[in-house]
Amino acid sequence: MDTHAQAAVEISGLYKTYDTGFSALKNIDLTIHKGEIFALLGPNGAGKTTLIGTICGLVRPTSGTIKAGGYDVVREFRKSRAIIGLVPQELTTDRFESVWDTVVYTRGLFGKPRDDAHVEKVLRDLSLWSKRNDKLITLSGGMKRRVLIAKALSHEPDILFLDEPTAGVDVELRKDMWAVVRELRESGVTIILTTHYIEEAEEMADRIGVISNGEIILVDGKDELMRKLGRKDLVIQLQEPLDAVPDSLEELGLGLRDNGNELIYSYDSTADRTGIAGLMAAVHREGIRIKDLSTHQSSLEEIFIGLLKDRT
Amino acid sequence: MNIHAIKAIYYFEMARWWRTILQSIISPVVSTALYFVVFGAAIGQRIESVEGVSYAAFIVPGLIMLSLLQQSLSNASFGIYFPKFAGTIYEILSAPISHIETVIAFVGAAATKSIVLALIILATATLFADIRIDHPVWMVVFLILTAVTFSMIGFIIGIWAEGFEKLQLVPLLIVTPLAFLGGTFYSISMLPPVWQTVTLFNPVVYLVSGFRWSFYGVSDVDVGISLAMTLLFLAIALAVVVWIFRTGYRLRA
Ligand SMILES: Nc1ncnc2c1ncn2[C@@H]1O[C@H](COP(=O)(O)OP(=O)(O)OP(=O)(O)O)[C@@H](O)[C@H]1O
Ligand SMILES: [Mg+2]
Repeated sequence: MDTHAQAAVEISGLYKTYDTGFSALKNIDLTIHKGEIFALLGPNGAGKTTLIGTICGLVRPTSGTIKAGGYDVVREFRKSRAIIGLVPQELTTDRFESVWDTVVYTRGLFGKPRDDAHVEKVLRDLSLWSKRNDKLITLSGGMKRRVLIAKALSHEPDILFLDEPTAGVDVELRKDMWAVVRELRESGVTIILTTHYIEEAEEMADRIGVISNGEIILVDGKDELMRKLGRKDLVIQLQEPLDAVPDSLEELGLGLRDNGNELIYSYDSTADRTGIAGLMAAVHREGIRIKDLSTHQSSLEEIFIGLLKDRT
Repeated sequence: MNIHAIKAIYYFEMARWWRTILQSIISPVVSTALYFVVFGAAIGQRIESVEGVSYAAFIVPGLIMLSLLQQSLSNASFGIYFPKFAGTIYEILSAPISHIETVIAFVGAAATKSIVLALIILATATLFADIRIDHPVWMVVFLILTAVTFSMIGFIIGIWAEGFEKLQLVPLLIVTPLAFLGGTFYSISMLPPVWQTVTLFNPVVYLVSGFRWSFYGVSDVDVGISLAMTLLFLAIALAVVVWIFRTGYRLRA
C-alpha cells in the first residue's frame, strides 16, 4: 500500500494571530500523509492546539491555506469537517447526558444518519459498552477521555486528531489507547496526535513534527530522525578507577564518569567509521583492564530536548 | 442543509428541557397564577371591564406574551451560552454545520419550549377567566413570530454574554420593564395622551396589542401595524444574527 500517494492534510503559509495580538502560528507549511500516524511535539504554548484548531474549524486562520482530504477547510468546510474527528485536549463533556446519547448526538451533528450498530461497535472497541447508560458526570477522567474518542469516531472520520489523548491516563489505559489507535490506522484512518510523553511518539508515530514558538522546526520520519540525530554512547566499565583520562585516550574523545569507574565515548552510529576498533586498541595499550562494555542509544526524548535547547 | 445536525441539536436541547420539565413548567405557571390573583382578582374588582372584556380575561393575552418573551429569551440565551461556558461548543464549531443551521436548531428548540409553555399558561388561565379566541390562526401566528423573534434575541445575548450576569442583564433591565409598560395589564387608552405617544416607542406594545386582538378583536393599535412591527422585529433580529456570524464574533478564536 502506498500511503504517501495523497495528502490527508496540506497546510501552506499558515499564520495565526489571536485577537490579543499574539502570533501563535508563523508560516506553517506541513503535509500529513494519508494513513500515517503523525506526532506533533512541542513545549507548552508552542501552538499545537492552535494548529489543530485551525484545521478543525475552531480557530480562524489569519492567512494561508489548509486542505483536509483535498477540501479547503474554510471554503469547503462542510466536506472537510465531515471527514475529521477531533478529541480535544480539555475534558469537556455534558454532565447529565448518557454515554450512548452523547455519541449518537455527535454522529448526527456531523451529518450522518443514525446507525446504532456503528455506535455500538465504537463503544465496544473502547470498552465503554457496559457504561453506555451511565451519565457522563459519573465517569472517571480516563473514561471521559474514552467517551471523547468515541464521539470523535462516531461519524467514521478519515482523519482523527488526538490532542494529548493520554494526558492523565494510567499506564494500562494508555496501552489500550495505543492499541485502539493502531487498529484505526490499520483501517486506514490518518491520525495526528500531540503528546508530552515522548515515549508515546517513539512507540506510535510514523513521522514526527516538532513545533516551537509557533514555528515548525523539524518534520521527519521517526526512524530517520532517531538515526540522524541519535547518538550512541559506548560505556567502558573499568576494573580499577582512573584519576584522569590518559592523553592518548583524551585525543580520541573519551571522557571519565562515575568517579573514574567508567570511560565514555559518544559517536555517530551512522558514520562509516565509528573509531571503536582504534579506540579499543588504545585502551589496551594503556594497560587499562576492562570489566564490562555497554552501548546506549539516545532516546527520542533526549533528541527532542537537545533540539529545543539548540533553539534557545 | 445538514438536517441530521439540526435534528441532533434540536433533540438535544429538548431532552435537556425534558430532564427538568417540572421546574421549567411550574415556575411560570405559578407566577401567572399569582398575577391573576393579584391583578385579576384585586384590581379586577375595581375595573369592571376594558373595552367590553372582563379585566381578568383582558390581561390573559398580555400575561401569555410576558411569559413568552421571558421564556424565549432565557431558553435561547442559556441554550447557546451553556456549551460556551462548559466548553462543549467545540463540537458544534468543528461540525459540518453552517451558522444558519445552528440558529435554526437552537432558536427552533427555544421557541418550541416557550410556545408549549405559553399554551400551558393559556390552559391555566381558563381556570381564572372566561377566555374566547376570535382569531385562533392569528393567535398562533403571533405566538410563533414572537417566540422566534425573542428566541433569536436570546441567542444573540447568549453569544454576547461572557458571564451569567450579562445573561440576566438584558431580560431583567430591558425586556421585563418594557413588557410591564407595554400594555400587558392595561389598555394604552387608559393612559394620559402624552404617555400614549411615549408608549408607542415600546415594541412590546405592538406584540401585546396584536396578540390581544386575536383573542377579543380589540386592540390598542391597528392589527396590521402590529403584524408589520412583529415582522420588522424578526427581520432586525435576523439581521443581527447574520451580522454576528459574518464577523465571526466571539465564537471562534
Ligand atoms: N484564544 C486565545 N487568545 C489569545 N492567545 C491564545 C489563545 N489560545 C491560545 N493562545 C496562546 O497561543 C499560544 C499557543 O497555545 P496552544 O494552546 O496552541 O499551545 P499548545 O502547544 O497546545 O500548548 P500545551 O502543550 O500547553 O497544550 C499560547 O501562548 C497561548 O497562550
Ligand atoms: Mg495544547
